[in-house]
Amino acid sequence: MPSYVILDKCDGCKALDKTACQYICPNDLMVLNKDLMKAYNREPELCWECYNCVKICPVQAIEVRGYADFVPMGATVSPMRGSDSIMWTVKFRNGTLKRFKFPIRTTEEGTAVPDGGFAEGDGDINSPMLFTEPESVRADFFKLNQ
Amino acid sequence: MANFETVKVETDVLIIGGGMSACGAAVEAAYWAKKNGLKVTMIDKAAMDRSGAVAMGLSAINQYVDLKGGKNTIKDYVDYVRNDLMGITREDLVANIARHVDSTVHLFEKWGLPIWKDEDGNYVHEGRWQVMINGESYKVIVAEAAKNAIGLDNIYERVFIVEPIVVDGRCVGAAGFSTRENKFYVFHAKAVYAGMGGAVHVFKPRSTGEGLGRAWYPPWNTGSSLYFSARAGAEQTCQEVRFIPVRFKDGYGPVGAWFLLFKSRATNAMGGEYMVERRDELENWAPYGKVKPIPANLRNWLGMLDIMEGKGPIFMRTEEAMQKIADAYKDDEKGYKKKKKELENEAWEDFLDMTISQALLWAASNVQPEERSSEIAAAEPYFIGSHSGASGAWVSGPEDIQNADTKDEYFWGYAQMSTVEGLFHAGDASGASSHKFSSGSHAEGRIAGKSAVKYAMDKGDAPAIPDALIEEMKTALLAPLDLFEQKANTTSDNDINPEYMRPKMFMFRLQKIMDEYAGGVSAQFTTNKASLERALELLEMLKEDSKLLAAEDLHELMRVWENIQRMWQAEVHVRTMLFREETRWPGYYFRADTPTMDETNWLAFANAKWDPATGEWEMIKRPVKYIFKD
Ligand SMILES: Cc1cc2nc3c(=O)[nH]c(=O)nc-3n(C[C@H](O)[C@H](O)[C@H](O)COP(=O)(O)OP(=O)(O)OC[C@H]3O[C@@H](n4cnc5c(N)ncnc54)[C@H](O)[C@@H]3O)c2cc1C
Ligand code: SF4
Ligand code: SF4
Repeated sequence: MPSYVILDKCDGCKALDKTACQYICPNDLMVLNKDLMKAYNREPELCWECYNCVKICPVQAIEVRGYADFVPMGATVSPMRGSDSIMWTVKFRNGTLKRFKFPIRTTEEGTAVPDGGFAEGDGDINSPMLFTEPESVRADFFKLNQ
Repeated sequence: MANFETVKVETDVLIIGGGMSACGAAVEAAYWAKKNGLKVTMIDKAAMDRSGAVAMGLSAINQYVDLKGGKNTIKDYVDYVRNDLMGITREDLVANIARHVDSTVHLFEKWGLPIWKDEDGNYVHEGRWQVMINGESYKVIVAEAAKNAIGLDNIYERVFIVEPIVVDGRCVGAAGFSTRENKFYVFHAKAVYAGMGGAVHVFKPRSTGEGLGRAWYPPWNTGSSLYFSARAGAEQTCQEVRFIPVRFKDGYGPVGAWFLLFKSRATNAMGGEYMVERRDELENWAPYGKVKPIPANLRNWLGMLDIMEGKGPIFMRTEEAMQKIADAYKDDEKGYKKKKKELENEAWEDFLDMTISQALLWAASNVQPEERSSEIAAAEPYFIGSHSGASGAWVSGPEDIQNADTKDEYFWGYAQMSTVEGLFHAGDASGASSHKFSSGSHAEGRIAGKSAVKYAMDKGDAPAIPDALIEEMKTALLAPLDLFEQKANTTSDNDINPEYMRPKMFMFRLQKIMDEYAGGVSAQFTTNKASLERALELLEMLKEDSKLLAAEDLHELMRVWENIQRMWQAEVHVRTMLFREETRWPGYYFRADTPTMDETNWLAFANAKWDPATGEWEMIKRPVKYIFKD
């Protein structure tokens, strides 16, 4: 079952105004069972294993078990996503362990300014130039080399 | 009828979709709208941070022209795309994207996307047009800029859009429903931008059990763009040009880095290399078969020929490629170790950034790429006009790029506007402008965003939406809930009932038709006139039965409409393959009854248009006219 929830760990996101996994799943799969106050994946066969629910869960209650119809059992791939990097732990079926760490962004969360600091441009709605051009192209703009 | 509140939202520019192209449209439209006192509103069926095809992240930006570096020209990019699509392309659209795409990539970098740099501070290229990124948060970053530009108050997440609203021939809004609460939404706008991605699961995927969702293309893009655009009456183009990627088998991990960056070979069961052994076959597809790089569909085709002759499996020779690169450091032991480690990191990051399942599959099968090769295979067909397919709406090009020959054919008032007034498209939603990928989709979205603001300013107030129309749409959209409520308790298993169908089985029925008759995996991507006609016959009955789709809750209501959208995507695809009486992209589909390319009659766009008044499809042949080709 692609993504699954560990009962002991899930607290139903009590501290938040909505459950994080339900908020993020691009395919609307994660739901909260309100009787149990535990989340579950309601259509595992439509899960893309995108890991977005795994990455967002505040208590690491979600993991992924590879699709049972073609993935041999026993391996895990687990992320720990921070504010500027992500750490992956890959455990092989034969027990081999590998760790990888990659950057994820160079700016502080929330600070993406639409113009990226480039000059806004000619401001003419009728010109083919877009907002921040030509500076953001940094080239001779209409050199089409016809 | 189900008791839903009707929520009406008034705006000036409506952006539907929250993916790469829509985020581009939002950033751009917000700027021009603010300058001119207009309001922009955005809708996404999911959470923008992680919606669309880039939800998981990506490991490369596939379109960067590098005009600044002076290595390439816009013409170079247009030549590449035209050849890859076997001559069928709108050069005006491709050129327009190419001249703006670098700007978009530079913005991504400023917003915080880590792009790999070499010692001299230049972008690290995967291939001529691709740059490498640490792209786990690619979508988060791009969405953040869009949100900051238009403001959270103007964004509706978890609203699923179904129908276009057209009044007096002008698209003036959209109708849909919340997937979280009982609300029916009607948006009213002066200009409408629709960029809801492409379509998957129209064809039966290779894995049909738990792994059904592991298609290469994400299961949540379901043909909403095509449905919306076609139902508005907008002309469609290249709807026969599906995309079939060759990827690592089953996990669908990317092969680009392996072929381009690591220079890996692919060999068959006998150790032969189809790209070498079958070179002569390319002559049959000249002139396109003779260009470099060899068109994506022809590379597929050569591999498919191996498979059909029983020479599979095909292996990506990862171990050989990594060894070769590391060997360059043979005499420098420290350097050798470092390089090997670096390569291992790059190989795993490529998957972990964008296809985590493939990393999991490798780990579960004890595959270390430096030790052994892995199988690659052709996936199933998808509709993704922004990638190496070309399906989408027929849109106006920009005025200033046209020449005397193209002006009347390819330009009608506003760049990126469809043949329906006030309706704009980009990304997967617009056709005949292939190879725009994530960056080009964003750039094209920006072009459309600006253009939509201009339209709204020029045309002013949109005609009102008649109340009767709103009620009619509400009844139709919510009907599956009513049907379930009325009939569900008449049998002991509410999945099986003679009076309705649930969307999952409906999807399987569609997939079976497409797989067997329209050139899916089990038909070896081959079809012919009789098969396509049979597909249409079966689709007609499916269409009738779509009125019997039932939904238990909001989630299933979304699934109902997603599958109706897929059905429309299927129909236009079949009709267009039937119309084009030749085989032009043999690695995407092969028409066994017209097995060769026919440049005399078919170097043309095959377009299709559904008439909302009659409910009939009309097929239209439009000329291919070049701007750059000498
Ligand atoms: C597996 C894969 C790998 C790729 N790799 C690369 C790569 O390495 N480099 C690269 O540059 N490009 C890559 N691409 C291409 C890139 O992802 C696309 O070109 C790009 O995302 C297209 O943008 P779009 O806006 O048209 O669609 P998307 O980005 O898919 O956005 C569609 C949006 O519409 C929303 N939506 C859908 N239906 C509805 C509805 N009914 N109502 C409301 N909202 C709706 C979705 O939630 C989403 O927000 C890859 C694509 C795939 C699938
Ligand atoms: S892995 Fe992705 S698709 Fe699957 S449940 Fe989690 S968020 Fe949804
Ligand atoms: S995000 Fe984690 S803790 Fe919150 S509901 Fe989901 S599984 Fe439970």
